[in-house]
Amino acid sequence: MAGSGTLHLRPEGDQILSVEELVVEFPAGGHTVHAVSGISFDVLDGETLGILGESGCGKSSAGRAVMQLPPPTSGSVRLGEDELTGLNDQAVRKRRARMQMIFQDPVSSLNPRRKVKDLVAEGPRIWGTEVTREQIESVLSAVGLEPAAVWDRRPHELSGGQCQRICIARALMLDPRVLICDEPVSSLDVSVQAQILNLLEETKKRYGLSMVFIAHDLAVVKNISDRIMVMYLGKVCEVLPAGRLADRALHPYTRLLLESVPEATPAGGSPDTGTQRFTGELPSPLNPPSGCRFRTRCPLATEECTTIEPQLREVGDGHYLACHNSGPGAAVA
Amino acid sequence: MSSSSALLGKRSATEPGSPVLVVEDLRTRIHTPRGDLQAVDGISFSLGRGETLGIVGESGSGKSVLGRTIMGLYTDGPVTTVTGRVTIAGKDVHALSAKELRSLWGADVGMVFQDPMTALNPVKKAGVHLTESLRRHRGMNRSQARARAEELLNLVGIPEPRRRLDQYPHELSGGMRQRVVIAMALANEPALLIADEPTTALDVTVQKQILDLLARLQGELGMAMVLISHNLGVVAGRADRVAVMYAGRVIEMADAATLFEAPHHPYTEALLAAIPRLHQPPHVRLEAIDGAPPNMIAPPVGCRFAPRCRYAQDDCSQVLPVLDPAAVDGVATPGHSFACHHPVNGGRH
Repeated sequence: MAGSGTLHLRPEGDQILSVEELVVEFPAGGHTVHAVSGISFDVLDGETLGILGESGCGKSSAGRAVMQLPPPTSGSVRLGEDELTGLNDQAVRKRRARMQMIFQDPVSSLNPRRKVKDLVAEGPRIWGTEVTREQIESVLSAVGLEPAAVWDRRPHELSGGQCQRICIARALMLDPRVLICDEPVSSLDVSVQAQILNLLEETKKRYGLSMVFIAHDLAVVKNISDRIMVMYLGKVCEVLPAGRLADRALHPYTRLLLESVPEATPAGGSPDTGTQRFTGELPSPLNPPSGCRFRTRCPLATEECTTIEPQLREVGDGHYLACHNSGPGAAVA
Repeated sequence: MSSSSALLGKRSATEPGSPVLVVEDLRTRIHTPRGDLQAVDGISFSLGRGETLGIVGESGSGKSVLGRTIMGLYTDGPVTTVTGRVTIAGKDVHALSAKELRSLWGADVGMVFQDPMTALNPVKKAGVHLTESLRRHRGMNRSQARARAEELLNLVGIPEPRRRLDQYPHELSGGMRQRVVIAMALANEPALLIADEPTTALDVTVQKQILDLLARLQGELGMAMVLISHNLGVVAGRADRVAVMYAGRVIEMADAATLFEAPHHPYTEALLAAIPRLHQPPHVRLEAIDGAPPNMIAPPVGCRFAPRCRYAQDDCSQVLPVLDPAAVDGVATPGHSFACHHPVNGGRH
C-alpha cells in the first residue's frame, strides 16, 4: 500500500533523516489498527519538518516509529548513513542516540525522584560518559534556566515550562543531530508556549539541529517549520512550504483545518464559514475507507475517490498534493 | 423535526430585561496546608438573557474556580471561604440549602465541563444521564423521559439517537460524548449555561462543530452563557463581552472586538502578542511573557502582573489597581474597563 507516494522526496544529498514506506500497525483484538500506512518523508540538514494532523492521524505513531519506539511494521528509516530498521536492540540504541525525542507532557516524562542535576546528566551516564558540573551548568543556561536555582530541585517543584526546558537540556546532552518533538507545547500556557517555541528555534540554530515537529496546532506548526506535511488517517494529504500554509494550501482536509481554527482577532473565529459542508468524524483506523481516506468527509468526493487512491503530485514549488479533485489540473474545480 | 425552541417549549425563569446572572464582589479562598489561596479575588459582573461572557486566562488564573463558585460547587465551609454574592435567575446561590441547590442545578443552570469522559458516569448508558435529570426536575415518567432524551440527542446533532441512548460513554467518540454532556446541560432549558473549557479536549474540526452547536442552541433557547477558555481564539468569535483574568482578578473587560483590537491592559496586550498567528511568516520570533504568575498564597502587594510587566513603574508594586471604566482621549468607551496604572493604546480611566 502506498501512503500517497514518494514524489515529494528530494534527490539524495543533504538528508539527515530519510523515511520510506513507513507502516505502523497494531493488533487489536483480532483486528489490525492501521496507524500509519506507508508514508515517506525526508528531513534535510538544518531543516524543520512539521507534521500536522488531528488525533488519530498517525503523526505520533510515525514519530515513535522513526525512533524505533517500537520499530515500524515495515519501511525504512535512515539517520544520516545508518539504517535503523532491522537491527538488533543494541545496535539500534547505539545509532539512535543522535536522535532525541521531546514529549508532550514534560512533567511525566521526567523521573519524579531525581534532581535536575542528575536528570540532565542521565543520558551520557547511561553511555558511561562522566559529565562535569560545568557541562550541566552550561546546558541549563542554554535552555534558559538559572543553574543554581534549579540544581537540587525535583520535577514537582518546577513549572511545566521549566520541566520542558529540562527535557530539552537532557536531549542536548547527547549531542543529537535530530530532535523529534511530539506536541512539545500543547500542554503549556500561551505565554510559556511562546518561550519554548523561541527556545527550540534558538537551540536549533545554536546546535545545528534538524527537527521533526509534530503538533495539531496549525499556527504553532507554521511558526516553527520550513516544510509541513499534513496527515490524515495514516496517509499524507499534502506537503508544502510552511509559508504557503495559510493561503495556498489546496487539499480539502487542510482547508477544513484552516477554516476550523478559531483566531483571536477582532473579527473573531468567523463562525459558519461553510465548514458545514464537511460532515462526520474520523473513520475507524481498524477499517479505513478505500481509495482516498478523506473521501467520507470530503465535499469534493467523487466515484474516482472510492476506487483510486490519490498520489502526491507537484502543484507548485515544493508543494505536493494528494487529491483527485483539487488543485491545478483537477477534474472538478 | 420542528425547530428546537418549539420542541423545548419556552420556560423562562426570569423577567425580560433583568439579568440572569449577577456576581457581586465574589471572593473564593481555598484553605491549603501552606496557607489560604486567594483563587478568586473580588469579581463583579452581570449577564443578561442571550448574552455570552467569555472568560479567558492562563492556568491558575482562577477562571475555573470562578465558574464553579458561580455554580455553588464551592461554598462557604471548612475547605473554602466564599464571600460576595451570586444571583442566578433571582436566587442567591450561596444562601440556598443543599436540597435547593440540587434543584437549581440542571433546572436553572447547566454546566459543561472540559473532559466529557469524566463528566459522564462510565457504567451508565448515555440515555440514563439524560432521563435522570428529566425525571427529577420535570417529573416525567420513564417513556416520556426516554422520548425526550432522544429529541435532545437529535437537537445536539447526534445521528441515530435511539441507538446512542443505549450506548455507554466508552462507545462514543470524544465529540459525541461532549454532545451528550451538552444535551444533559440543556435538558431542562436552563437560563444560564456555564461552559468550562468545553472544547479543550477535542480536535480543532470537532471544536468548531461544538462551538457552532453551542452558539446555535444559545440563540434558539435564549440562554445566557459563561464561556471559560484558555484559548483566546475560542472566545473571540463567540462572546459578546470578554473578561481577562490574571491571578484571581479580572484585569480587563470589554466587548470582544474592542478587547482584541485595542486592549488597554499590558497583560491582555502581551497575551495577544504571544499567540503564533497563521498569517505571520514562519520563524517569526514570538513575544513571550517572561516569568511566571505569582504565588496566590502570598500575592504581591500592588498589581499582580507588575513583576512581569514591561511598563511597570514604582507605583505598580505599591498600589493595587482596580477595574475602572475606560476612556480614550477623554471620551468614555462604554462597556470597557481595565485595572492598570499605566495602560496601553491610549486608554485612560
